[in-house]
Amino acid sequence: MPNAHDVLFTTLADPTRRAIFERLCRDGEQTVGALTAQAGVSQPAVSKHLGVLRRAGLVRDRHEGRQTHYSAQLAALSPLVDWTKQMNAFWESRFDDLENLLKRMDQ
Amino acid sequence: MTSIATETRSVIVEREIAYPPEKIWRALTQPHLIEEWLMKNDFVPVVDHRFNLRKEPQPGVSIVVDCKVTAVEPNRSLSYTWDAYGLESVVTWTLTAIPTGTRLRMEQSGFRPDQEQAYRGARSGWHHYLAALEQILARTD
Repeated sequence: MPNAHDVLFTTLADPTRRAIFERLCRDGEQTVGALTAQAGVSQPAVSKHLGVLRRAGLVRDRHEGRQTHYSAQLAALSPLVDWTKQMNAFWESRFDDLENLLKRMDQ
Repeated sequence: MTSIATETRSVIVEREIAYPPEKIWRALTQPHLIEEWLMKNDFVPVVDHRFNLRKEPQPGVSIVVDCKVTAVEPNRSLSYTWDAYGLESVVTWTLTAIPTGTRLRMEQSGFRPDQEQAYRGARSGWHHYLAALEQILARTD
């Protein structure tokens, strides 16, 4: 079984593929057509990159009529990001929300 | 930061809050209140109860955390497992009454030090790429 890091590194090593993935992270769900307009490569090439990203669990596809919509699966990156740093920021902001809630609650 | 492969790290957040432990306990254990500051949930403060935390940071992306209550001591402490995407951790809340209200402590333990190793041997450019991605991830919270 290949190491999760290796699969992610290999998948994201290609700069065109990485740019497609980053765009899905930044702008949310997109069709192949919308991605092709920005990618600087042909639609079949974009489709091929999306297939590789999908097999690595980095994107998910959703069919709607004749269109396929792709979205980034941010959770698939978890082996690569520093969980502790991310979780620390997450809990700090949860504490803020908790304090706001306590202010609103009646005694 | 050097660490041995078997070692795990914790995230600890601690604050003094100007409300009594009983009030904070309600916010930590009642589902409709938990949803206001954490995520949608089906929490019940009973040991061995399994529940999920859910959120959709953007359409088509949902985050689900699998949890199980492991300890409940009303108004004093609460623990549950927190498993998501390969992270197997335990969240422990501790409430200590102080003259000004409550000292609230959250410890999430069980982080394996994989991350530093993930960077090792990676081609140059990866650091910057991952840093940029972390920023994107932080903004989608």
